[in-house]
Amino acid sequence: MKKKDFIIIAVVLLVAGILALVFHFAGGDPGGSVRVKVDGKVTGTYALIEEQRVPFDTKYGHNTLVIEGGKAHIEDADCPDHYCEQQGEISKTGETLVCLPHKLVAEVVAGEASDVDIIAK
Amino acid sequence: MATTRTSPTGTPGRRVALDGILVALAMIFSYIETFIPFNFGVPGIKLGLANLVVLLGLTFLPAVDVLLVSAVRIVLSSLLFGNVMSLWYSLAGGLLSFLCMWLLTRREGYSIIGISMAGGVMHNVGQIITAAIIVKTIQLTWYLPVLLVAGLVTGLIIGSLAKLLMPRVQKALESFH
Repeated sequence: MKKKDFIIIAVVLLVAGILALVFHFAGGDPGGSVRVKVDGKVTGTYALIEEQRVPFDTKYGHNTLVIEGGKAHIEDADCPDHYCEQQGEISKTGETLVCLPHKLVAEVVAGEASDVDIIAK
Repeated sequence: MATTRTSPTGTPGRRVALDGILVALAMIFSYIETFIPFNFGVPGIKLGLANLVVLLGLTFLPAVDVLLVSAVRIVLSSLLFGNVMSLWYSLAGGLLSFLCMWLLTRREGYSIIGISMAGGVMHNVGQIITAAIIVKTIQLTWYLPVLLVAGLVTGLIIGSLAKLLMPRVQKALESFH
């Protein structure tokens, strides 16, 4: 490796570190609810405090959003890769679960289900 | 990058034959890749074996040929081993990564490992941007820090492989008339 190779490594690590710090401080507070968007449109907001199983059947496919013990995860996806199920549980504001094939995004937002829609304009 | 270019293109026939061989090789790499589990905490990260072909191709073929080889490889392997959606991610990643690596090969002071790392990083950047556009969710950039580091690591592995292979490829090219 040459000297300039290490510049590439340093720059990338620096950018990654800065982004990680920014994201860490931008979010991280315990969230109040999960907002689900399909194809960029909000389809619903679900309080993290309530234990629930919400099925989503869109023209892209099926996913079930499961909220248990204040955390949300995805089950029963019929997408080809099942990455959304492997992304684990989310509970802090800004954290997301994404099912790319189904264009479905679940994001933790602050506040309860009712006032979230106002915050999110 | 210090590379001795063995007769830049040679005859048109030689050039087309080399392009064809590289497409075939890249497709084999794409296929092998589907058997290699490479878990990096974030799902969906790949090693990028096919990038070996781009890296090596840039040392002895005109850039436009390498770009074409890469594009043909992505379209064919997405249709064969992936799906239509994966085509867009791969194309965006492949194009951004190619541009970055091509620009670096034209500058002095970068080894093939450095070029590979830059390519790996930009490939992931291209894919996450495409994904964010497709699902219309900017929050996907949350994955960027992990993806940047992952790109460095996969780029380091592929770049080191390319460095090992380069002398052999040069030797093979000399006997390829």
